Amino acid sequence: MATLIQVSGLRKQYPLAGGGATPVLHGIDMTIETGEFVAIMGPSGSGKSTFMNILGCLDTPSAGDYWLNGQAVARLNPDRLAMLRNRQIGFVFQGFNLLPRISIADNVALPLLYAGVGKAARRQRAVELLQQVGLGTRSDARPNQLSGGQQQRVAIARALANRPPLILADEPTGNLDTHTSDEIMALFDRLNSEQGITLILVTHEPDIARCARRLVRFKDGHIVHDGAVNV
Amino acid sequence: MSWHAAPAEAWRALGANRLRTALTMLGMIIGVGAVVLMLAVGQGAQSTVRQAISAMGSALLVISPGSSSAGGLRGGAGTAPPLTLNDAQAMAQLPSLSAVAPVFPNSAQLVYGARNWNTTVYGVTPDYLTVRAWNLDDGQPFTHGDVRRGTRVALVGQQIVANLFGGTDPIGQTLRIKNLPFVVIGVLERKGQTLDGRDQDDAVLIPITAAQTRLFGTTFPGTVRFIIVQARSDAHMEDAEAELTQLLRARRRLADDADNDFTIRNLSAIAETAALSARAMAVMLGAIASVSLLVGGIGIMNIMLVSVTERTREIGIRMAIGARRSDILLQFLLEALLLCVLGGLAGVALGIGGAWLVGELAGMAVVVTGSAIALSFLFAAGVGVFFGFYPARQAALLKPVEALRHE
Ligand SMILES: Nc1ncnc2c1ncn2[C@@H]1O[C@H](COP(=O)(O)OP(=O)(O)OP(=O)(O)O)[C@@H](O)[C@H]1O
Ligand SMILES: [Mg+2]
Repeated sequence: MATLIQVSGLRKQYPLAGGGATPVLHGIDMTIETGEFVAIMGPSGSGKSTFMNILGCLDTPSAGDYWLNGQAVARLNPDRLAMLRNRQIGFVFQGFNLLPRISIADNVALPLLYAGVGKAARRQRAVELLQQVGLGTRSDARPNQLSGGQQQRVAIARALANRPPLILADEPTGNLDTHTSDEIMALFDRLNSEQGITLILVTHEPDIARCARRLVRFKDGHIVHDGAVNV
Repeated sequence: MSWHAAPAEAWRALGANRLRTALTMLGMIIGVGAVVLMLAVGQGAQSTVRQAISAMGSALLVISPGSSSAGGLRGGAGTAPPLTLNDAQAMAQLPSLSAVAPVFPNSAQLVYGARNWNTTVYGVTPDYLTVRAWNLDDGQPFTHGDVRRGTRVALVGQQIVANLFGGTDPIGQTLRIKNLPFVVIGVLERKGQTLDGRDQDDAVLIPITAAQTRLFGTTFPGTVRFIIVQARSDAHMEDAEAELTQLLRARRRLADDADNDFTIRNLSAIAETAALSARAMAVMLGAIASVSLLVGGIGIMNIMLVSVTERTREIGIRMAIGARRSDILLQFLLEALLLCVLGGLAGVALGIGGAWLVGELAGMAVVVTGSAIALSFLFAAGVGVFFGFYPARQAALLKPVEALRHE
């Protein structure tokens, strides 16, 4: 299997108001192969989101290296990073992060807009993606007309728009009830097993983590466990 | 994002946020509309005064009997001896004057056919047309010979033509003034209003002698009500005033320590005062308009800044899914431009419409100037574009994770 993600010595620290800095990640080393389904767990404040944001190219590390698909991310300029987020990565947030004032089809089509896809093709692909997540009939609804689970499915459809090889999900079921969470997880499972999309998912719930094939535990900015799922 | 997708995206964002769009446009409309309207009214007032001044004639002095001084009017026209045609003839010899026009006005009833009309009949000499810079639309002026003989001829103003003659050509027609027949030999060109709002076209000019002897019997032969004189140029005004004072004091045999029993008014000075007050009004309206513009600008700024939080998150989301900085900047710049241009155009339309309405309803002259439109439009659009674009630029410079975290 090909290596999709490789990080080594990855550090992140936030500057403190009075000078100095709080270290949040203390030199993370990790390799993830294409097609893996990884769950990340750990106590609150252990640096999971910080790590995911760096993997998703939404944030930059203070030190260390990150290769995505063989590219050294640290050397890329903002435009190349935008391109990378657009084509290689789909991000699913705990809070959905949909644009509230436009239809869900338009939300799903946004990554296509920035990829330069024409209007008609955008619309077609957006409807197709919404069908894939079971919302084919609601394409003209506004995000706030949908339930949380439905909104998260819109976010997943959006993450899939440009057929990225990697999807990052930071507590995607954190705002959802058990039943809805199970539906979302079933969707993720299908994406991983049927389409071979690499999935990295942060969660606090063992039940959710059990869907993954590999579990990584964070504590105080260190990896304290990396191996098979046995929770 | 392809280049033509950005305008579409900007347009969609405006449509998606109607309240914000409407409020921003309101700021633009009020700011721009108020400036255009008020400057139009101010300019209109100024142009009215300018027209009245240029219609008045230049370098004019008006001499009337009776004194006026800083303490108020002392010794009215009744107690001082009147001015006469002889005074006017003596004045005509003064080197600094180019024309002397004695005037003897009185109101009188005009009759033509079945119609009658009350107006002011001015007994004048041919010089009157010179000093007032008044031309004829039609016919001939009367001559010094007519004045000498007291011929019963008349020049009629536009208002008389309209009210008394209807459709007929007045030239050659006989008009009865206080029952005496006068032949109309000329039609005066339109003159408009005086500074104090009198309609100058509602007038009939006849030889002064005809007025004195035949129409309005005077107790003192050759009496005139006042004399208008024109100096050779504006530069001769002071000399003219001094010469006139000296001449009249001598003719009226005033003792060295006696006050003048006549008054010399400088019409240029009056015109200047009127022009100044019109200017002051225009400046005041301009100041009020500037305040409206400022208030409109602050409104625009507020709306733009209030939506920064929401928009910063939006920018974070857009960047997280692959928007480049240039995509964000282009979209927000276009959005702000579109908003401001549409709002500004609506404001200009409102200002012009309002000015037209004021002109119609209040009967005021209004002058919409291109500079007023450009000034207010550019200011409001500048404010809108700056506060629409600048925060977006700041947000686009953040890392996506920071923009997403924005509270
Ligand atoms: N922008 C920031 N500035 C300063 N400190 C930050 C910032 N973002 C995160 N931190 C700190 O970094 C540490 C790790 O935060 P992070 O969000 O990665 O934790 P987490 O593991 O995702 O926690 P949770 O499970 O609650 O989501 C925390 O102590 C947090 O206070
Ligand atoms: Mg977190």
